[in-house]
Amino acid sequence: MKDLLVIGNGMVGHRLVQAVRDRDAAGAWRITVVGAEARAAYDRVALSSYVDGVSAEELTLPELDVELHLGDPAVGIDRDARTVRTESGRVFRYDALVLATGSVPFVPPVPGRDLPGCFVYRTLDDLDAITTAAAEAMAADRPGRRSAVVVGGGLLGLEAARALRLLGLSPQVVEIAPRLLPVQVDEGGGALLRRLVESEDLQVRCGVSVTEITRDRDRLIATLSDGVELDADVIVFSAGIRPADELARRAGLPIGERGGVLVDARCRTHDEAIWAVGEVAALEGRTYGLVAPGYAMAEVVADQLVGGSATVVPAEIDTSTQLKMLGVDVASFGDAHATTPGALEVVVNDPVAGTYSKLVVSDDAKTLLGGILVGDASRYGALRALVGQPLPADPVALIAPGGVDLGTDALPDSAQICSCNAVSKGAIRTAVESGAHDVPAIKACTRAGTSCGSCVPTLKKLLVESGVEVSKALCEHFDRSRAELFEIVSATGIRRFSQLIARYGRGRGCDVCKPAVASILASLGTGHVLDGEQATLQDTNDHFLANLQRNGTYSVVPRIPGGEITPEGLIAIGEVARDFGLYTKITGGQRIDMFGARVEQLPAIWRRLVDAGFESGHAYGKALRTVKSCVGTTWCRYGVQDSVELAVVLELRYRGLRAPHKVKAGVSGCARECAEARSKDFGIIATEKGWNLYVGGNGGFSPRHAELLASDLDTETLVKIIDRFLMFYIRTADRLQRTAAWIESMEGGLDHLRAVVVDDALGICADLEAAMEAHVANYSDEWRGVLEDEEKLARFVSFVNAPDTPDPLIRTRVERGQPVPVGMPEVRR
Amino acid sequence: MTVQLQVRWLVACPLERLQPERGVAALFGDTQVALVRTHDGQVHAIGNVDPFSGAGVLSRGIVGDRGGVPTIASPVYKQAFDLRTGRCLDDPEVSVPTYPVRVVGGMVEVGLP
Repeated sequence: MKDLLVIGNGMVGHRLVQAVRDRDAAGAWRITVVGAEARAAYDRVALSSYVDGVSAEELTLPELDVELHLGDPAVGIDRDARTVRTESGRVFRYDALVLATGSVPFVPPVPGRDLPGCFVYRTLDDLDAITTAAAEAMAADRPGRRSAVVVGGGLLGLEAARALRLLGLSPQVVEIAPRLLPVQVDEGGGALLRRLVESEDLQVRCGVSVTEITRDRDRLIATLSDGVELDADVIVFSAGIRPADELARRAGLPIGERGGVLVDARCRTHDEAIWAVGEVAALEGRTYGLVAPGYAMAEVVADQLVGGSATVVPAEIDTSTQLKMLGVDVASFGDAHATTPGALEVVVNDPVAGTYSKLVVSDDAKTLLGGILVGDASRYGALRALVGQPLPADPVALIAPGGVDLGTDALPDSAQICSCNAVSKGAIRTAVESGAHDVPAIKACTRAGTSCGSCVPTLKKLLVESGVEVSKALCEHFDRSRAELFEIVSATGIRRFSQLIARYGRGRGCDVCKPAVASILASLGTGHVLDGEQATLQDTNDHFLANLQRNGTYSVVPRIPGGEITPEGLIAIGEVARDFGLYTKITGGQRIDMFGARVEQLPAIWRRLVDAGFESGHAYGKALRTVKSCVGTTWCRYGVQDSVELAVVLELRYRGLRAPHKVKAGVSGCARECAEARSKDFGIIATEKGWNLYVGGNGGFSPRHAELLASDLDTETLVKIIDRFLMFYIRTADRLQRTAAWIESMEGGLDHLRAVVVDDALGICADLEAAMEAHVANYSDEWRGVLEDEEKLARFVSFVNAPDTPDPLIRTRVERGQPVPVGMPEVRR
Repeated sequence: MTVQLQVRWLVACPLERLQPERGVAALFGDTQVALVRTHDGQVHAIGNVDPFSGAGVLSRGIVGDRGGVPTIASPVYKQAFDLRTGRCLDDPEVSVPTYPVRVVGGMVEVGLP
């Protein structure tokens, strides 16, 4: 076995290891990784989301099969002995060495740059330090606002400014170039960008530099080249990066004119046993500060390590960028600055709409070379894939409002759809043809769409155009999706399944469409679920208002809002379970499940529970289940809000709400998150200022953390947004689609959801709120509804001709002091 | 040779206890029967024990059709059974018994061997 040593544990180093592991089926390489940072490799591209509350754990990249030495930077390479020494004195031998040390922030040589309060913006540790400094400034006992100066108005600078604003500071960005994002946008785009970000309350000073930083009591003063002095509590340098090539220099490896280890098209240095990839590599003299070229280099090196001869073609390196900066969409791709000789620029600038679009085309106006989009980047995916291709239409029509809609048909197979992972249209088409019939399958198979995600809409288009887009038909009886049926039922006023299927379907229905329509009718508030014809639509759980178990008995779960229960309540449940011979178990949703109830026992059990003040917990329904809570400020030493009270309020508000799938919720009283709210469909975490609302989490087969929808909400606003979220979900999700899958399948994902339910982009929020108010006003306990209705009660018999005879197939034995089923035959599945 | 099977007709319940497209179970000795009245007024009687789970629950399934065949779906693992023949549409090797059924004087009667 040979030894591969990788110095650097960033995204590119990680990708390299993964690529080698993917290819090295024979296990020829033993891989060791040495990293300077003490943390496992993480998604640095998403670094700023850390400030939004995404945890370091979530940013961590998947663990790989390597020997990992972290927090111990390499300090020397002995090229003759083929060994590397680390700071702690460890020595590693290698057969192949890959330098993936990345880069270090460039801090201009300004006097005072080392003063306390000055930071760089590169690692999670940097962000921790900035967060602490910002918190200290906010806590300081003095009047006035807290401010920050960001040195550098590039990608990182704007991200830093946004982060600082989130931390409560008022940032000013100082950029030496005449515009923001000088690398990505031109003068016209930069002017619009500046106007848009200034309207978002960010101050921008272009064409000036910081000349000195001085201390003024507990604050800093940044003096600018035009003499202006800016007060700041925190100063962040984000003025570019420099390749971390020190180790290579000391080892005598040739270095590029502007830094970086010189490598050839195979990413090999002048030493044939040493490669360099990512930001530290100077590929034919040029360095790249983006992750996509780094990934391309990693793949090329991995290929060579298993005997291949792949190379990187610098002309094909994609430096496209798409981002949302302080609410402004910006995209830049291909030859954005028209450096190709003879290139022509076509610009559509609409200051009223707040959009700027530029296409760069070849001198004969036939080939797209690149472009810049500011304010609206919705066409980015389609346009970027067209770079180097013949233009399908007049360039103005491609960027004008209401212009040509770009399909994917026009693209040749060679067009790159996912630039982060260099996946062509042809590769995606092959994947689709060999069975990848949805976006997650394409992602798994090609890696397309797994990094920045901007090509996902294009992937969907490709699926539709290839004809494999899964039919939305509910079942053989309805050609329409659940969401469409909801609209139909809602708009036509049809309230009977038989009418609906006669008009909009065929046949008699089945166990797919009947419960789906039952759920739609229930969501619209059509009385008790067992009223009239509705009873025939319900799945057995909804029909018997309890959960069917494998031996034909049911389990019974009374509602315990927020998991808060009195001793009397506990005793009542205990007595019911004891008297009816039920097995009891505590659920994950903080309530008590009683198992083994026979159909004919259910009404008597409910009677006892209802008399003791309980009601149905809807454990049997595709409905709101529980709102789990931690104990909150009432008892907890750390709680910052009353999580129990909120959980009770929410559970009582949404109880009985039928939905496309079950809905679970949680409320945590502080950031320690004891209620595990982020594993719920909606989860709420208390902050000092109010509540953070997370949506789209679930446990189960594919666990997923909920994502932040809105932060620091007061209780009234929080409830309003949850009302809208739930009703929007009920109206538009597919059958049995949890909120996570629903958000993922939505065009525009979480951003779109936020636009609809927080910013009311569709103007439907009042309608959604009214629908929820109607639900709350019309709620009644389903168990009580049966107990008060002789006709419904009559259904609760084991046998129609022997109503009180228990099913003879149901037998129990005692295990650990409780009754459990016995005598069930071998299950045939 | 034809074997004439002797059946005993036993009363299950009044017809109005059978809500269209919703089953009930009846017990005759050890035999559990699922009775289903479809939308066209037909009454079907099949075994109530779900062969996949062994539980006496078939009568609690959803009644409908598959390609025009009248069906009831097991509430446990959702396999569909042909109400006329007892055949499982999801596994041709599996079936449940069927029983003759008639309505006499407003009462549903099941024929048992």
